[in-house]
Amino acid sequence: MTQPAANCPNCGAKIVFRWSSSVQTVCEYCKSILVRTDVDLKKVGQVADLPPDGSPIQLNTEGLYRGKSFVVVGRIVYEYDQGAWNEWHAMMNDGTSAWLSDAQQEYAVSFPSKGPHLPASTNIDVGQQFTWDGQRYTVSVITPAHYRGVEGELPFQYWDKTDVTFIDLRSETGKFATLDYSDPEPALYLGEFVEFEQLKLKNLRSFEGW
Amino acid sequence: MSAGTPPLSAPPPKPQVRALNCPKCGAGITLRAFGQAETVVCESCRCILDAKDPNLAILQQFEIKTSDVQPLIPLGTRGKLRGTDYEVIGFERRHSTLEGITYPWHEYVLFNPYKGFRYLSEYNGHWNDISICKELPMVGGGMLSGTSASPNYLGEVYAHFQTSDANTDFVLGEFPWQVRVGERAVVTDYVHPPRVLSSEKMDKEVTWSVGEYMYGREIWDTFKLPGSAPEAEGVYENQPSPVTTNVKGIWAIFILFAILLAGLMMGFDFTARKEQVFEQTYHWERATALGESSFVTDVFELKGGPSTVQVKSWAPVSNEWLYLNYALINQDTGRAWDFGREISYYSGYDSDGSWSEGSRNDTVVIPSVPSGHYYLRIEPEVDPAVRAISYSVQLTRDVPVFGIYGIAVVALLLPPLLISFRWYTFERSRWSESDHPPMQISGLNVNSEDDD
Repeated sequence: MTQPAANCPNCGAKIVFRWSSSVQTVCEYCKSILVRTDVDLKKVGQVADLPPDGSPIQLNTEGLYRGKSFVVVGRIVYEYDQGAWNEWHAMMNDGTSAWLSDAQQEYAVSFPSKGPHLPASTNIDVGQQFTWDGQRYTVSVITPAHYRGVEGELPFQYWDKTDVTFIDLRSETGKFATLDYSDPEPALYLGEFVEFEQLKLKNLRSFEGW
Repeated sequence: MSAGTPPLSAPPPKPQVRALNCPKCGAGITLRAFGQAETVVCESCRCILDAKDPNLAILQQFEIKTSDVQPLIPLGTRGKLRGTDYEVIGFERRHSTLEGITYPWHEYVLFNPYKGFRYLSEYNGHWNDISICKELPMVGGGMLSGTSASPNYLGEVYAHFQTSDANTDFVLGEFPWQVRVGERAVVTDYVHPPRVLSSEKMDKEVTWSVGEYMYGREIWDTFKLPGSAPEAEGVYENQPSPVTTNVKGIWAIFILFAILLAGLMMGFDFTARKEQVFEQTYHWERATALGESSFVTDVFELKGGPSTVQVKSWAPVSNEWLYLNYALINQDTGRAWDFGREISYYSGYDSDGSWSEGSRNDTVVIPSVPSGHYYLRIEPEVDPAVRAISYSVQLTRDVPVFGIYGIAVVALLLPPLLISFRWYTFERSRWSESDHPPMQISGLNVNSEDDD
């Protein structure tokens, strides 16, 4: 795989993209948020220090999902009134990107999906049902969250958000859906809950005493 | 790692158990959940603190009247549950009030930094190992419908047990949600022993969890607690029945045996020759029956091997009796079978209508009578009210005998009956605590509610 390299326009450190489709990354050294243009990298912002985090996952954590290996290359951190969670951006070995969320160590893997007529967030109530890809989902929780920070490589520009509404849906089969209202157009992610062991994660953080 | 992997500026610091001080009383606060907890409660002054805030802002302070609310498993204790090490990081007491009676129970928050949270609940010595459902239970008509639906979770149907308010009245340690004393949720339990499916409704959000029954001794083993677990009181909603036998299965086996027996009986009935060897009608008159009234019949032959002989007597008695002293005598050997049969039939009318007792027929079977030439000696005794009566005697050889099968059926019936009874009494105590108590047979305490 080609790994395009460039230098941080802010501090000059070498920036390596592990995922050729990355649109955005964060300089490991100066925490500048860098967006790829056609020619070079442009600094668009700066990440404040991320809050201390209890997730066992970190950048470069590797795992296996449905027989495909993946590596975690980036993340978005969100906060809501009951805490914080990460959406880890995972690069699958077939070149697609997936999201591994770890809210309260409940792990879910999801992929960007297309759904017709996605509803506006204001028109949704807990308990309402939607069907995508032949699977029925029930709205379980509506979470007003706010963007807290980013790390690593992302498939889109994501750095100037403030408040974001997430609508989580569950199914009777362990499938899981999220409606993401970060942008004017809602984005749909479909996936499933997974057991920690199932992911066969490597390069995890270690916890003192465990 | 490949050479192309970018170097990390510095490895992130290892998360550590943080030691802080309570802003209210200064007592040491240990944070065990590596930033995953939302709130932490000071163990000495009962302040509920914001675990996310580096300064541990005070969120709530509560007073408790009793100091005897002590977790049975101390905070910080670790144990291996279902193959994973967990640490007890939080404890709360909740209660619900039903018909003026307060029922308190305890919940423990367990944490593993990789696997997340798990919960234990304890009520009167009954424990449950609880985790949040990843799959949504299927409830007819949607997940938020009424309380009496029977949700299907992972292919198993759960029965509604109880819906009640759960009020938090004491908290200790860390919680993954913003816990408060006084917080109230509507909890609905559905059971499929040894599991319980619970929906907890707070505001608009519904959380489903599934618990599995655990015995106190298992908890004591898991967390290596000193002493022994408190005895469990009564029967808990999802406690597995001590009747481990499948009650339906044992009845199925019983029915199978009963059918087999019926088949055997039919077979014997079919193969029995039922050969009539003697039949005669006699007339008795008091006037002529003075003195010795016994007489002997003609000789008849019983052929084949030893077999049953059925003696059937009939007399048109009506509010009278007839007693026949019989002897079946082998002419060749002199061996005799003595027996007496009473024929009596009474009927009449009283305030309840007509009644009757007895029968005009009598049948008796003599087992294994060898072949040979036989005759009967008959000596009738007659109700003094009777002046004259006719009666007939009929002998049939090789008739099937079903009495032994009756005994077999009763013997077979005993185990399923006993097991069903034990099962029933256990289930009765279980459900007497539910929203759907069984009707009291005594009629003293009929308070069954509608199951609509």
